[in-house]
Amino acid sequence: MFKSVRGRLITVVVIAFAAMWQLYANYRDTGSPIKLGLDLQGGMHLVLEVDDSLGTLTPEAREAGIDQAEQVLRTRIDEFGVEEPLIQKSGSERIIVELAGISDPERARDIIQQAAFLEFKLVDVSALSEQELARVDRALVTSFGVDSLAALGRDVEAPTGDLENILFGGADTTAAADSMAADSTAAGDTEAEPAEAEAPNLRPFSSLLRMGDAPGTYLVAEEDVATARLLLASESGQSSLPRNISLQWGNEVDAAAGRNYRRLYVLVEEAFMTGEYLEDAQAQRDPQFNQAIVNFQFNRAGGRLFSRFTGQNVGEYLAIVLDGEVMSAPVIRDRIGASGQIEMAGAPLEEARDLALVLRAGALTTPLRIMEERTVGPSLGQDSIDQGEIAGIVGMILVLGIMVGYYRMAGFLSIVALTIYLILVMGGMAGMGATLTLPGIAGLILSVGMAVDANVLIFERIREELAAGRATRTAVDEGFGHALSAIVDANVTTLITALILFQFGTGPVRGFAVTLSIGIVASFFSAIYVTRTFFLLYLQGKKASDPISI
Amino acid sequence: MRLFANANYTFIDKRRTAYVISAIAIVVGLGAMMANIALIGSWQNYGVDFTGGSLVQVHFNSERDVGEVRDALGGVSGPEVTRFAGENEFVIRAPLDEGASVDAVRTSIEGQLQAAFGAGSFEISRTELVGPKIGAELQQKALFAILFSFVLTLIYLAIRFELRFGMAAVIATMHDILITLGFLALFRVEIALPTVAAILTIVGYSLNDTIVVFDRIRENMGKKGARKVDQVELIDRSINETLPRTVLTSGTTLAVLVALLLVGPAVIRDFSTVLILGVLIGTYSSIFVASPALVEIRKRMGDGGDRERARKRRARAASV
Repeated sequence: MFKSVRGRLITVVVIAFAAMWQLYANYRDTGSPIKLGLDLQGGMHLVLEVDDSLGTLTPEAREAGIDQAEQVLRTRIDEFGVEEPLIQKSGSERIIVELAGISDPERARDIIQQAAFLEFKLVDVSALSEQELARVDRALVTSFGVDSLAALGRDVEAPTGDLENILFGGADTTAAADSMAADSTAAGDTEAEPAEAEAPNLRPFSSLLRMGDAPGTYLVAEEDVATARLLLASESGQSSLPRNISLQWGNEVDAAAGRNYRRLYVLVEEAFMTGEYLEDAQAQRDPQFNQAIVNFQFNRAGGRLFSRFTGQNVGEYLAIVLDGEVMSAPVIRDRIGASGQIEMAGAPLEEARDLALVLRAGALTTPLRIMEERTVGPSLGQDSIDQGEIAGIVGMILVLGIMVGYYRMAGFLSIVALTIYLILVMGGMAGMGATLTLPGIAGLILSVGMAVDANVLIFERIREELAAGRATRTAVDEGFGHALSAIVDANVTTLITALILFQFGTGPVRGFAVTLSIGIVASFFSAIYVTRTFFLLYLQGKKASDPISI
Repeated sequence: MRLFANANYTFIDKRRTAYVISAIAIVVGLGAMMANIALIGSWQNYGVDFTGGSLVQVHFNSERDVGEVRDALGGVSGPEVTRFAGENEFVIRAPLDEGASVDAVRTSIEGQLQAAFGAGSFEISRTELVGPKIGAELQQKALFAILFSFVLTLIYLAIRFELRFGMAAVIATMHDILITLGFLALFRVEIALPTVAAILTIVGYSLNDTIVVFDRIRENMGKKGARKVDQVELIDRSINETLPRTVLTSGTTLAVLVALLLVGPAVIRDFSTVLILGVLIGTYSSIFVASPALVEIRKRMGDGGDRERARKRRARAASV
């Protein structure tokens, strides 16, 4: 670039200062000169995909789902308050989310994954008739078979008549079914074969239900919930239910007579309204019952719809369904305007806040599945930084010892050039917004090795030229000149590898590739230009025949 | 101070000894891979990055041993528990079922530990949960990356040097990768993403070393009267001339890597080990594999270089 030593020196100093300024600017803006990877500062890395475990979605639908999800997640995470989150589509069907320095991965995960699909449905107060329940039972027996129901423990009915009497006065239909089922088993035991003819009398499903405390609800003992869910979710369970009816679980557990129960609501299947009309949602503590609540507000169109509907259905029960679970089902006493309330039972206020947040940001139209999740606790990250720093310092001291010990003055010059090299790499990373990861530190150390190698090549060459009897200045020029081809070829091949790594790698490997690439370019500049400048400075005022320390 | 100032070793003469050493190392490695297929069902000990699965690192606030943690997680039939570098730090590895939610495993491990040791007595310091689909994709990508870098460097070297130099360099690099993979299989080092980065770095380093020697051979071959000199002697001289540089650079790089291994973060210990091994093998192969390969290729295929030089001479003569 410049022929004169002074010009070269100024170039080196200016470039070094530019790099330092870049580091300072980053430090001023973000509190850290270089962006640290999640593995160093702690945080969470998620890869999400549209949950298509049933295989029913077309590629277009999955892509549309991911696009919508990206929008929604962006809003949600912005409100969640993470500094510099990364939300990025990867390919056409995946989203990568990176949240640095979060302390509660559990909460972050909920906020990202919750569908937040809000529906308003009417409770069918007539519930299911005896015939309708029997139909479900029959369908289940036919499709599952007596044997697999037996494996589930659902071919017989344990007599719970006593509890039933305490709770509901024993006046419901299931109590009668209990004794029938018990009888049939007794018979089956003595004859040692469950006769086909008896199968229709089995009540695998309805025997799990107790009459609920409100119209259109049943109670299911907590220990039976898993079985009931399984039966309900089965194809025969779904298809045998009356048209326009859906059975949905309540979100809270009720205790009665020392046992825990969960409510099962009988709802009109079609929702008359969904959360898309929501305008605002805010969490609050309800002072009256000391529980967390979320107040929501509809927009104008939603408000009109809501008030018309509630006006027509005074006296009915309105179920507020969130992601398939009934949050509450209050009775409609009067026409309700443009707002409503979700009760959170015993949940902490923080959970209500998160719910309000995801409701405001909008629902995910398709559920997301976590394909990959990596979290690093902040203390582990800090340990890595500390140890990485120590290793870096020890490594530098070793290099310094070897170079100065072997090459004396020339070695010292190369160390100064290496220091500038490190500043350039750091500055380059800061300028490009690259992230320093743990493998990145390793890449950095490796590129230091490459930079050292370039210097060694040059010095060895100069020594050879001196040994061949050339004058000092000529030997230096020849040394730099002859070493060039080896340095170029070595750097280019390593650069090829680094670029391929960048292309195919993800996350940490990419960090390694970026650091290595920047490192190689900087090492090339440092060896060819910076070291040479210092050499020229060192040679100034020396005669052509004066010895040099190399 | 000068190391190997007037070294005059006859490396090429001793190449048969080197072949035997290399062959033994490769055979041992291949044997280890085969033993692994029989014993652990896979030729390498793939980590969760590749197989899909879960890794949960737990730090306990009080002293625990592996047995306690293992019992809490279901004993022999439960997930694999190993002690990690630090005190009271454990790594738990469990497979992930196809279709199952990735975070279900973590939740279950956390729940079981809470039941056994009480909430707040431990802290989860790291989790890696990778779905099987992503893992399989990664295996393909890594293989493709290595092959792709082979092809590109071969092309580059064929252009910058001659085809036989490129071939010799690729032979040496394949030799290095084979021995490294054998070592990984022998000690069942976990293959994670950084390990792949390490293998690719070895590719780069080994090429770097080989290129420096080849560069000198190329230069000596271009000198006046080089054609009268015996090829073996010329290559030997080139290796000897670059010997100080080879030793010094390898030594410096090794010093840095050993520092990284001894005082660096535990998470990249495997990474550093693989790199140290790679530097040693790479240095060895640039002298004892790449250079003899040049001689062997020439013996079998004749001196393609001569013809090329003759062609260049004619071209020059024509242009003048």
